[in-house]
Amino acid sequence: MLDSVDIAARVEEILAAHSGTEGALLPILHSVQESFGYVPEEVLPQIAQHQNISKAEAYGVMTFYHDFRAKPAGTHVLKLCRAESCQTMGADRVAAHAKETLGLDWHETTPDGKITLEPIFCLGLCACGPSALVDGKVVGRLTEAKLDAIVKGMR
Amino acid sequence: MRIWIPRDASAKALGAEEVVTAVKAEAARRGVEVTITRNGSRGMVWLEPLVEVETPEGRVAFGPMTPEDVAQIFDGGELALGLTEDLPWLRAQTRLTFARCGIIDPVSLDEYRAHGGLKGLTRALAMTGAEVVQEVLNSGLRGRGGAGFPTGIKWKTVHDAPIKPELGEKKYIVTNADEGDSGTFADRMIMEGDPFTLIEGMIIAGIAVGATKGFIYSRSEYPDANEVMAAAIAVGRVEGLLGQNVLGSGKVFELELRVGAGAYVCGEETALLNSLEGKRGTVRAKPPLPALQGFMGRPTVVNNVISLASVPVILAEGAEHYASFGIGRSKGTIPLQIAGNVKHGGLFEIAFGLTLDRIVNEIGGGTASGRPVKAVQVGGPLGAWIPVSQFDTPFGYEEYAGQNALIGHAGLTVADDTADMMAMARFAMEFCAIESCGKCTPCRIGAVRGVETLDRIARGDTAAIPLLTDLCETMKSGSLCALGGFTPYPVMSALTHFPDDFTGAAREAAE
Repeated sequence: MLDSVDIAARVEEILAAHSGTEGALLPILHSVQESFGYVPEEVLPQIAQHQNISKAEAYGVMTFYHDFRAKPAGTHVLKLCRAESCQTMGADRVAAHAKETLGLDWHETTPDGKITLEPIFCLGLCACGPSALVDGKVVGRLTEAKLDAIVKGMR
Repeated sequence: MRIWIPRDASAKALGAEEVVTAVKAEAARRGVEVTITRNGSRGMVWLEPLVEVETPEGRVAFGPMTPEDVAQIFDGGELALGLTEDLPWLRAQTRLTFARCGIIDPVSLDEYRAHGGLKGLTRALAMTGAEVVQEVLNSGLRGRGGAGFPTGIKWKTVHDAPIKPELGEKKYIVTNADEGDSGTFADRMIMEGDPFTLIEGMIIAGIAVGATKGFIYSRSEYPDANEVMAAAIAVGRVEGLLGQNVLGSGKVFELELRVGAGAYVCGEETALLNSLEGKRGTVRAKPPLPALQGFMGRPTVVNNVISLASVPVILAEGAEHYASFGIGRSKGTIPLQIAGNVKHGGLFEIAFGLTLDRIVNEIGGGTASGRPVKAVQVGGPLGAWIPVSQFDTPFGYEEYAGQNALIGHAGLTVADDTADMMAMARFAMEFCAIESCGKCTPCRIGAVRGVETLDRIARGDTAAIPLLTDLCETMKSGSLCALGGFTPYPVMSALTHFPDDFTGAAREAAE
């Protein structure tokens, strides 16, 4: 676990790497989340000062976007597409199965911290739905059985 | 032995990586030396992973390949489909924008050039900006993102916009690659299969309007596209396509890939610009137009991926060639993305003018489930559901507008007769509520009220139906952008064409 001194030092590196970038806040937040798995609230004043914006503005940007997390996700992240094309191929049914199997609603993490379940709106895999993003890897033609195998691999 | 196995996300999602491993193992077992090239997709998603082998006669296709069946690549078998170029689905197309997609190694500039790439840019470099703008105007190209605004007019506005370079002011080219609409994947496919086409189109746009910096605003939902795009940009810099001296011409064009963070509304151009500037992705009121005050308040071209990726062929073959395809004011070709519950789904590029009947029933082969088609949503989550009775409408901007529909980014989501259109309408409102940027009231509040009203109707309260209609009118005319303004399309089309789906609960209660 990183302490706050380590975090501040790493954020300083990220900020330095983006010093010449026009409108750098999103790339900075992506880098921060990549480093820590989430965007710790304590780094927002540091980022805000670097970007010459208020802390409230930095907080406003961070919370606007679905991708940025205020706290760490589970070890594995299972994102299921909820969009129309996947719905026509049974995405709702597979999602209901996932929720029941994992005992989770959207955006929740299993008590053992292993799996986070999230909705995603369109992976561009609309001709081979239902689709999912499993720890960043694309999966098509998802079924209940395929989902069970994925979940088993995560546990 | 040269083998092609796509790196396209749809191929990967259907097991391409496992096929690569199996092919390598099988080749080693047989003592055959193989060179595997990771190409883009040919667009026949139902045949993915589609493996191809080079032969003296041409490339031979095998698909859909599985790790268990890779021996067939060496011995032949039931998955052998013959010459790829002879597959009827490919032969029936007119591939202008996607001419190289699935054929070349996407990150090889040499292969790009060998297949006609950079011809358009080379021609543009010998022209004035105004001449390039005129060529694009003459082609009749319109925004492929959905709005259908003439690309040449947008470029002319940016070309004519004054800046002071001595004060460090510049113009920008921004590619809208935030392809968030369900049923669409043309941007993803071209970025994964032929990224240099987009880069070339952006540089040509830069020459046309006098812009020296470009951004591609892509999505975090597209990890594979971002990987290929970033690799292509790196190659472009090393090989002198991008940078301070484009192909030795002395022209400057720098390019940066940016990745969004899961906000659908950032596909709207002004929200995209705010996001690019590091702000919340809220929509800006227009005017001022982004063409005059776009990124950082500077003149900016914001074009969809497919609009820009269609520019190289227009410059290479001439505006007249491009404009000779299509119908009415819908010139050129359109990459149809046939998706959802469909047997033969994928990307099919053809001149404007096809009917949905041909697209869905002939090209798409009907539903994947084998059940009757109920409706097709054209143009993503903000597009109308088109019933079978309107399947004779030719595919074009004006033709669809005349049916209270839009072609959008040309994504088609096919639904079979099990689809509950009231549930689809509710989803449209729910999606709008989740994704609303919150700036304007009709969208922010209206979408929430829309969900509530649809829930009332679902409980059998048919008196709420006029309320829903009224709400949709308000959202349509009062919203700042297409998110709130077009969400009524799926809702009202569902209600108009499938009223029985909305009154089922009331009927049951009465019985």
